[in-house]
Amino acid sequence: MLAKRIIPCLDVKEGRVVKGVHFENLRDVGDPVELAKRYEEEGADELVFLDITASYEQREIMIHVAEKVAEVLTIPFTVGGGIGSVEHVSKLLRAGADKVSINTQAVLNPNLITELAERFGSQCVVVAIDVKRTWDRITSRSYWEVFINGGRTPTGKDAVAWAQQVERLGAGEILLTSMDTDGTQSGYDISLTRKIAEKVKIPVIASGGAGKLEHLAAVLQEGKADAALVASIFHYRHYTIPEAKAFLRKRGIPVRMEE
Amino acid sequence: MIAIVDYGIGNLRSIAKALERLGKTVEVTGDPERLEAAEAVILPGVGSFGEAMDNMEKNQIVPVLRRMFDDGKPILGICLGLQLLFERSQEAPKKKGLALIPGEVRKLPPTTKVPHMGWNRIYFKRQVPLIENIPQGRFFYFAHSFYVLPEDESCVVGICNYNVTIPVVVNVGSLWGVQFHPEKSATWGMKFLENWVRSIDSNASHSSD
Repeated sequence: MLAKRIIPCLDVKEGRVVKGVHFENLRDVGDPVELAKRYEEEGADELVFLDITASYEQREIMIHVAEKVAEVLTIPFTVGGGIGSVEHVSKLLRAGADKVSINTQAVLNPNLITELAERFGSQCVVVAIDVKRTWDRITSRSYWEVFINGGRTPTGKDAVAWAQQVERLGAGEILLTSMDTDGTQSGYDISLTRKIAEKVKIPVIASGGAGKLEHLAAVLQEGKADAALVASIFHYRHYTIPEAKAFLRKRGIPVRMEE
Repeated sequence: MIAIVDYGIGNLRSIAKALERLGKTVEVTGDPERLEAAEAVILPGVGSFGEAMDNMEKNQIVPVLRRMFDDGKPILGICLGLQLLFERSQEAPKKKGLALIPGEVRKLPPTTKVPHMGWNRIYFKRQVPLIENIPQGRFFYFAHSFYVLPEDESCVVGICNYNVTIPVVVNVGSLWGVQFHPEKSATWGMKFLENWVRSIDSNASHSSD
């Protein structure tokens, strides 16, 4: 039985891991290589590094971080943030990243998904989707709307339809973030996650809202997510990965633990 | 020196680093002469079946690999690298594979999530030196949408269940193929690579006798 994955997410700025709420009041929480190694030793199944500045100069720094991380890590890792070209992806994979996550550029240029999948294989193409519950005045109904540019720009796209489209275009995985729950520590958006997980055949990584171990169990069971992305509760040592996995296992959720 | 075949795409750094940590000199190369000079060869798990075969044909690597296989030189195929050892794949139906192992590569049935992505338990059908000190049912990391179907089942050493039974460790002589990524499978993956490196070293000492 395939284990459900627990994936710590590290936000990187100027080569350091930082943490804030909604990208504000950033605090330095450590060196990416040291943190990556520590999470691997604790039993993380994968890691995600998110370049939260993604300016042109930062790009080279992130490639360098990927190189350093690849030297020490024996679990897979994904790099995301400001990725928009085949050349950039090629550099990151060459540096040692296993997957890349694309978001804004996937919406602006959906063909990029197919180009990357054909060249590097679907398994290394993660499409990140940032979603917010939005009221549609024309139909007088609320829907899950896709946002881009770090959550600043609404697109009018329906998240469920977009998820199905990225699957058709060749994405290997979806990283689904609920902007409504992100940073609140009040739990993942279960109904959004479940809706999308049921509509696509590719794995779905749920993100946004983890505050308690109960939330991880809920999104993996009721939310039908294949993996849960976790940031604050591990960074600030509210819980450790072994604690989280022991909790999930007790709930009957298959997780990787070395016995 | 261990040569890692460069198809011109993807992440080859992780497998190179893993072997270097085991004390091996590693060369990532698409040059047939460098492959012949190597004590062992790795077919890594990046890219797609068609692109990888095109690239190896263009670089005239295919006959070199066949010869190395005939000579009993150690070859390890990882993920896509395992699939390339077979005759054909549904991923690129018109493309001929290396055909070192009779059989084909099929798409995983759509009854489960595809790709098969993440950590799954593997089980061994028999004991061999390459899996020494790896107990049954340990987790290894997978990321694939296709799986191999050998004509002769006796070459299957290890399997994994994902609605279908997937052959994940395959062996013919000094040729090995694994569907998982040992370089991404933490402790047990490194243990597997360590065993493989040790088998190369003993292979080398036998042939110099």
